[in-house]
Amino acid sequence: MATENATFSGKATTDFSEKTKRRRFIRQGFLYLFLTLWAIAVLFPFYWMILTSFKSQASYNSEQRPKFYVSAPTTENYSEAFTAVPLARYFGNTLIYTVVTTGLMMIVILLAAFAFARLQFRGKNLLFTLFLSLMMIPNELVIITNYVTITQWNLRNSFPGLILPSVTSVFYIYLLKETFEQIPDELYKAAKVDGTSDFKYLRRVMIPIARPTLVTIAILKVIECWNSYVWPRLITDKAEYFLVSNGIQEIREHGFGRDNIPAMMAAVVVISIPLILLFLIFRNKIMEGVSRGGTKA
Amino acid sequence: MKQKLRQYKAWLYLLPAILFLGVFMVYPLIDVIIYSFEEGFNFVTRTSQGTGLFNYSYVLHDPYFVQALKNTFLIVIITVPLSTGFALLLSLALTSIKPLRNLYQTVYFLPYVTNTLAVGLVFMVLFKKTAYTDGMVNLLLNAFGAPSVDFIDGPYWAKMLVMCIYTVWVVLPFKVLILTSALASVNPDYYKAARVDGTRPSRIFFRITLPMISPMLFYLVITGFIGAFKAYSDEVALFGTDLNAAGMNTMVGYVYDMLYGASGGYPSYASAAALLLFLIVLTITCINLMVSRRSVHY
Repeated sequence: MATENATFSGKATTDFSEKTKRRRFIRQGFLYLFLTLWAIAVLFPFYWMILTSFKSQASYNSEQRPKFYVSAPTTENYSEAFTAVPLARYFGNTLIYTVVTTGLMMIVILLAAFAFARLQFRGKNLLFTLFLSLMMIPNELVIITNYVTITQWNLRNSFPGLILPSVTSVFYIYLLKETFEQIPDELYKAAKVDGTSDFKYLRRVMIPIARPTLVTIAILKVIECWNSYVWPRLITDKAEYFLVSNGIQEIREHGFGRDNIPAMMAAVVVISIPLILLFLIFRNKIMEGVSRGGTKA
Repeated sequence: MKQKLRQYKAWLYLLPAILFLGVFMVYPLIDVIIYSFEEGFNFVTRTSQGTGLFNYSYVLHDPYFVQALKNTFLIVIITVPLSTGFALLLSLALTSIKPLRNLYQTVYFLPYVTNTLAVGLVFMVLFKKTAYTDGMVNLLLNAFGAPSVDFIDGPYWAKMLVMCIYTVWVVLPFKVLILTSALASVNPDYYKAARVDGTRPSRIFFRITLPMISPMLFYLVITGFIGAFKAYSDEVALFGTDLNAAGMNTMVGYVYDMLYGASGGYPSYASAAALLLFLIVLTITCINLMVSRRSVHY
């Protein structure tokens, strides 16, 4: 189809007539049209939520045909979003949850990946195979018992209850182990000769070298935490412990009086901003990380 | 002695991971199977009235489960081929342009990093018909002379349509990303050789491009199937938490509803339903793998 175009622009076309040139031009035009249409489809919901969030409730409700612009922009929806519902609280909760979960997970997977990549012990291969086979287990299957476990530990509506089940990831252990194994073994042997302890070696040599992978893993985990909905919903029913996803659902069903769409959109904008910023800053890292093995959780 | 000490140390490094995986993955896995066979399990006393297949039979005869099964299969059958095919078209178009390619790629990836619950709310607003307004999408429909439809509280097909549109919107970024990098990694020598031979573009596509990216395409189909079978939060985003009332529940939603909320408190039924879901996904994945062995060029 159109693929050969990328590789054969330029040289091959020079001997062809005006007609071929014009045909190429038209085809490129269609490609851009197609791509632009989808780009609009992707961006439109974002445009709409920002636009609506600046309309006053009265003017929104009076627009029988929704307008594509806002004639009298107002920020009242944003103050409404932070005062009428505990949005700041949801925000803070999500921040704590995200930071602690990601931090703890990094420690757990660092230690495990190091043991698998560098240390020798009996049963290593068997254990690693067992770890890998756990990757096939869907979350939906284990969440039932975890819910019962956390309930029995009296950890519902608490941060430990939210955090503990998601501080390990077999996939990230695997990814990190692969990265660690690419670091030349000689460095490790040299360190051993110098009498450096394993832990110090991990901290001083392995972590700095594996930093790109570590950053990628951390970012992917942050995205996952920020968007997690199912587990927090099961484990919290008090608004003090809601994360943003649950908060948004709560707002939709009970907050603002159900018809205050502009205030809801303001809340949605506020919730979406941190991740979009993160994405714009770490664009390449995120896209590379996702193509190396992320799936939409 | 020293050897022994080093052994201990390795296990010490692994201890946190083993502990967490043991408590929150291995034990639950065994437990969920036991739950699913225990009849009349009581949450508080942790006793049951016997073992058997009653939970499975209850779930399979529950009209809500049948509805959830139907919804889930519809979502899978519609969105997986649609999103994969559309992602392929977008990726082919992306690889054929030079200027602005990065910009388009960035825009296309945006839905991946957004909160599905939050953006789902925006979709709901766009599609919903309220007392004040027919909504953005209906406005568009009216412009083409079609009558307004309530997509959120209206007829089943309309709700399913929004559901599928939103699902495709959400899953597309991942697919486009994977396919563009697969297309970029095809060895250009093949194209050069084909060009020298004067091969037609369509033939180049079916004989070179498609076989070369088929492993990745297949990876996407498999993960797409698995992901679509687990659909849940997107539904909540559009139709609210009471999916049974909306008639839009999915299998995962059924599991959670059995576990928790107004209709909850039945871990046995939830376990049976979760295991049924797992079996279906496993079967489909095996079929996929068997097909791939025949048709994928590695």
